[in-house]
Amino acid sequence: MNGSLSQLLIVPVVLPLVTAAVLVMLGEQRRRLKSIINVVATSMGVVVAATILRYVDGDGPGVHLASNWEAPFGIVLVADRLSALMLVVTGIVSLCAALYAEAGWARVGVHFHPLFQIQLMGLNGAFLTGDLFNLFVFFEVMLAASYGLHLHGSGLPRVGSGLHYLAVNLLASSLFLVGLAVLYGVLGTLNMADIAVKVAHVPANDRGLLLAGAAILALAFLIKAAMWPLNAWLVPAYGAASAPVAGLFAVMTKVGVYTVLRLWALVFSEAAGPSAHFGHSVLLYGGLATIAVGALGLMTTVRLDRIAGFAIIVSSGTLLAAIGQWTPSVTAAALFYLLTATLGVSALFLLVELIERIGTTRQHQLLDLDAPGEDTNLDDDQMPLVGRVFPISIALLALSFMTCTVLVAGLPPLSGFIAKFSLLRSVLSDLGSSAGGWMMMGLLLLSGFAATVSLARAGIRSLWSTGHRAAPEVKAAEAIAVLGLLCSCILLTIFAEPVTRYARATAAELHEPRAYIEKVMSTKSRPRSPSPVPAPETSP
Amino acid sequence: MEAVLACVIGVLGGAGVWLVLRPRTFQVIMGLTLLSYAVNLFIFSIGSIFTNKPPIVSPGIPADLDHYTDPMPQSLVLTAIVIGFATTALFLVVLLASRGLSGTDHVDGGKGEP
Repeated sequence: MNGSLSQLLIVPVVLPLVTAAVLVMLGEQRRRLKSIINVVATSMGVVVAATILRYVDGDGPGVHLASNWEAPFGIVLVADRLSALMLVVTGIVSLCAALYAEAGWARVGVHFHPLFQIQLMGLNGAFLTGDLFNLFVFFEVMLAASYGLHLHGSGLPRVGSGLHYLAVNLLASSLFLVGLAVLYGVLGTLNMADIAVKVAHVPANDRGLLLAGAAILALAFLIKAAMWPLNAWLVPAYGAASAPVAGLFAVMTKVGVYTVLRLWALVFSEAAGPSAHFGHSVLLYGGLATIAVGALGLMTTVRLDRIAGFAIIVSSGTLLAAIGQWTPSVTAAALFYLLTATLGVSALFLLVELIERIGTTRQHQLLDLDAPGEDTNLDDDQMPLVGRVFPISIALLALSFMTCTVLVAGLPPLSGFIAKFSLLRSVLSDLGSSAGGWMMMGLLLLSGFAATVSLARAGIRSLWSTGHRAAPEVKAAEAIAVLGLLCSCILLTIFAEPVTRYARATAAELHEPRAYIEKVMSTKSRPRSPSPVPAPETSP
Repeated sequence: MEAVLACVIGVLGGAGVWLVLRPRTFQVIMGLTLLSYAVNLFIFSIGSIFTNKPPIVSPGIPADLDHYTDPMPQSLVLTAIVIGFATTALFLVVLLASRGLSGTDHVDGGKGEP
C-alpha cells in the first residue's frame, strides 16, 4: 500500500503541470474546452488529495524519492497528515475558484487557465516537498503564477498594488535565499529531516550563525504569512485582485503559516538541544500584534474587499499566536481553525464581488474591468455554458453573506464557533501564569467582536439599504462556487468530531517529529529494474 | 580574497537596499537587481572560496573537501540566478504597465512628485 502512495505523491505536482501545458497549447480559442479541462483537472486534484489523506491517515507518512535518490542527497516529497490536510484545503478552494472563474472572469484576459494550474502546482509542491531548496523553487513557481493571476483583468489599481506585491515578494525571496544559504553553510544539508537531525549537533560557536540563518528564513515565511509589521502589502493586493484569484490567494497566506509550522516544529523541537523552541515568543507576540492590527483594520473600513483582507490578517495572526503557544491541544485547535478560516474567507472574497454587483448591470460591470483587448472577445454565445441568471440572487447573496459572517466572526452554530471555542478552551487549560495566554484569550474574543461589527455594518450598507436597486446577475456557476465553500464549512460543523480527531493526530505528529524524520531518512531507493543480462548460472 | 568578496557583497547589498527604498520604480528595479547579485554571490561564497579545486570528482583522487570544492552552492546559485532573472523581468513588465497607466514612475502611481 505504501508503494502506491509514494507514487501517488508526485501526482498533485505533475497533474497541474501537464494540464497547464495542454492548456497553453490549446491557444486562445476553444474556450469551452479549456474551461472543461480546467475544472476537470482541478476536481481530479481534489480526488487525489483526498486519496493521499486517506492513505496517510491509515499508514503514516509517505515518502516519494524523486529520481530514486535517497533522502539527504536527492529531493524527497513527503506527505504526512499536515501536508495531506493542506492539499485537501487547496483542492476544495481551487475547485470553487475555478468554477467561479468560468462564469466570466476566465475570459477577461489571456492565459487565465494555465496560470491557475501553475499556481496550483506551486501550492501543492510547497506542501509536499521535504527539501528546503525545492521549497524555494515551488514558492517561486507559486509566486510567479500569482503575479500573473493578480494582474488578471488589468486596470490601474491592480497594476499599482501588483507592483508593491511583486517588490515585497522579490525581497522576501532574497531573504529566503540568504537564510537557506546560511543554513547550508552551517549544517551542510538542505533536506528538512536531515536538518532536524543535524541541528542538535551544531557546535556552540556556530549556533549564532544557525539561529541567524533560521531567523532570516523565518522572516521570508512571515512576510508570506502576513505577520505584522510585514503585512502592509496584503490588503491592497488581495482587494484589487479579481474575485476568483483573491479566493485562491486566501490559501497563499496559509502557505507561509504552513512552512513556519512545519520547519519550526521539525528543526526546533525538543530534540534540538540548546536551540529548542528558538523564537517561540516572536511567533506568539507577533501573532498577537497581528490579531490586534487586523481587528483594528476591520473596525476602520466599510469596504468589503478590505474587510476580507483584514479577516485574512486576523486568521494568520491567530494561527501564528497559536503556534507560538506550542502545546498539542492548542495546535490541534489551530489546525481546525485553519480549515474553517481558509474556507470562510475564501467564500467571503467570492461574495464581495457578487455583492458589489448589486445595482449595476452586467454591462457596467464589464466596463469596470478596463476594456479587455480585441483578441479576448467576451462572446455572447458562450453564456449558455455557464447557465442563466439566478432568479433569487439577492436572497442567495444575503443568506450566504450571513453564513460567511457567522463563520468568519466565529459565532455559533457553525464551524467557526467550534474552532474558536476549542482554541479558547485549550489556551485556557494550558494557561498557567503566562501573560501571552491571557492576551491571546482577550484578543481572540475582541477580534471576533470586531469581525461581527464590521461585517454586520458592511452587510447592512450593501444588502439592506439597497432598496429599489436592480437585482444583480448571479450565474449558476458563481452560486455553486460560493455555496460549495459554505457547504464544506457546514459539513465541517457536522463532522467536527472526526476532523478534530484528525487534527489531534496531526498535532501529535508535529510535536513528536521523530517518526517523520525516521521515515524520510530510512526510505530506501527502489532496486534497479532487473538487468537485461541474467546472472551467470551455476553449473548443474 | 574572503575580505574582498565580503566587501563586494556588502556594498552590493547596501546599495540594493538603499535603491529599493527610493520612490522611483526604476530605482527600485535597479535595487532589486543589485540585491539579487549580492544574494547570488553570498550563496556562492558559503561553499568556502578555493582556487584550483574542481567541483567534479575525477578517479584516483579521494573525494573529500581537501581536494574538491563543494559543488552544491554552485548548483544552487545557478537555479537562483535563473529564477531571480525571470521574476525581475516580470517586475520590469509590471513597471512599464504602471508607467503607461499612471503616467508617472512613482511607486505609488502619481501621488505627487517624488
